[in-house]
Amino acid sequence: MQFWIIQGLNSLSFGGLLFLLSSGFSLIFGLMRLANLTHGAFFMLGTYFGAIALRTYDGLNLWVTALGAGFAVAAIGGLFERLVLTRLRSNPLGQVLVTLGMAFIISDACLVLWGGDSIPVPTPQNLQAPTRVFGFVFPTYRLVLVGCAVASALALYFLLERTRLGAMIRAGVDDRQMARAVGIPVSNLFTVVFCLGAGIAGAGGVLGGPILSAYPGLDADMLPLALIVVILGGIGSLLGAFIGSFVIGLIYTFGTALFPELAYIILFLPMIVVLAFRPQGLFGRVGA
Amino acid sequence: MKWIAATLLAALLVLLPSFAGEFYLNLSSQILIAVIFALSLNLLVGYGGMTSLGHASFLGVAAYISALLTSRYGWGHGPAAIVSILGTTVMAALFGVIALRATGLGFLMITLALSQVLWGLAYRMSDVTNGDNGIPGLTRPMPFGIPLDSPAAFYWFALIVTAFAYLMMAIFVSSSFGSSLKGVRDQPRRMAALGFNPWMIRWIAFIYAGFWGGVAGLLYVYYHKYIHPASLSTASSAEALLGVIAGGSGTLGGPVAGAALVLLLKNYASAYTDRWNILLGLVFLFIVLVMPTGIVPGIGKLVARLRGGSR
Repeated sequence: MQFWIIQGLNSLSFGGLLFLLSSGFSLIFGLMRLANLTHGAFFMLGTYFGAIALRTYDGLNLWVTALGAGFAVAAIGGLFERLVLTRLRSNPLGQVLVTLGMAFIISDACLVLWGGDSIPVPTPQNLQAPTRVFGFVFPTYRLVLVGCAVASALALYFLLERTRLGAMIRAGVDDRQMARAVGIPVSNLFTVVFCLGAGIAGAGGVLGGPILSAYPGLDADMLPLALIVVILGGIGSLLGAFIGSFVIGLIYTFGTALFPELAYIILFLPMIVVLAFRPQGLFGRVGA
Repeated sequence: MKWIAATLLAALLVLLPSFAGEFYLNLSSQILIAVIFALSLNLLVGYGGMTSLGHASFLGVAAYISALLTSRYGWGHGPAAIVSILGTTVMAALFGVIALRATGLGFLMITLALSQVLWGLAYRMSDVTNGDNGIPGLTRPMPFGIPLDSPAAFYWFALIVTAFAYLMMAIFVSSSFGSSLKGVRDQPRRMAALGFNPWMIRWIAFIYAGFWGGVAGLLYVYYHKYIHPASLSTASSAEALLGVIAGGSGTLGGPVAGAALVLLLKNYASAYTDRWNILLGLVFLFIVLVMPTGIVPGIGKLVARLRGGSR
């Protein structure tokens, strides 16, 4: 019983992390029709920024670090979008290829800068003590992480559904040309969404640090998870990314715990089932 | 003129071992393997309009099957090769069923996810695949009792296979099926209206490409006598894709030139730096931004312009 409950919580917190990773990916894909293969690298960059900052400056707050790393990664993403992706607006395949190239550059640069050993990210002191609920002992940080994911999901929801910017983004997702025709600056919107997505991934990388720690290859581990979440949940759908993240988090965590060698294959199954019966994903509005 | 050039090139390739040193022979063998691999990927990318980022799955799985059967279960190379190619082709058929539920970027993401899953398996299932250590100490086959251990013998072997593969793929794309594949790439709806089955055409092309990817994988494992999960990685797929696009997708000569170029670049760069992946990324950016149609069509245009000017 203890095993199931603890693994259940682990899968919730991992699902939360996946949401931070894949919500940005899904937004970028939905609006820009761009499979941003740099997304895993943005996440890893965030983790490394966090790990290095916390190692260098004693007593730095994890939340502040996450915010800072989020902004830093968002800035890098914005530069990349402005300098490279804008030139390739009419060439979707070219865009994917440059994001892939950028992913290689970032992940190799991390290896050069910070070496091949994994760098741990410490859990904040005040969250190290376990929480007891109904006689079960939970790691507090993981509970807080789930809260973070839910909070950011709500924040994103309000941003998309209740603000002017969100209305413009939704218009762009639904019909890019019509949005442009009524005067929405779609190109600037692209940059904003790309920064936002990269920033969430970067901040998520820091928050995932205490669980995952920063290591080379983190990007290659996370990117397929984001892809699977988005294929499962549907492209451009926040709800899809949310549900998909927790489903994949659950499957991945229990898969790893029960059948460690086959966890990767078990990940496939929901993807295959969804593709077979609903190729646009559970909550997808647009076909890939 | 064209025939003379082709004959000269063929003679040069056949006679290469008589004047090239061991290093260059080995390099040439590797280029030949990369050429088969890029050609097979080009069937999807160039002729089918299906950009796959998971083509390394076929190379890696064929190599792993052969490596496991010969080293662990003591199979002969003949049956191991047949099983490995068959297995890879069946896998291609299955992957095709999954990936072809989508087209365009969805297809790309699914192929990437599938190949990442295989890569993860090769790493994690260490009691089968030996994980990060790879499987060392493999042997080369002896077709008709001829040992392939010398660089020249392997080069000729690879050359024969490559020539055959090139021919088979050239016939494939110039056949009526190849035309319908291009039709499906450009106008899927019209093709469907004409009574063709776009899905089936794509699927067959996918399986055929997987088959040749598997052949490249067999040569790969014969050449290196070693296999590591890295051969299944995205970087491995991306290198091949870079070769196809740098050379010029949708042409037969493009992937040949592109694959050779990427391999030469990798080889010379590795003499100076360990940072191949950064270089790979930069070359990606360069090719896509500066010469998106590839080198071979680019040179073709240049030649046409020069000729037009001289007239």
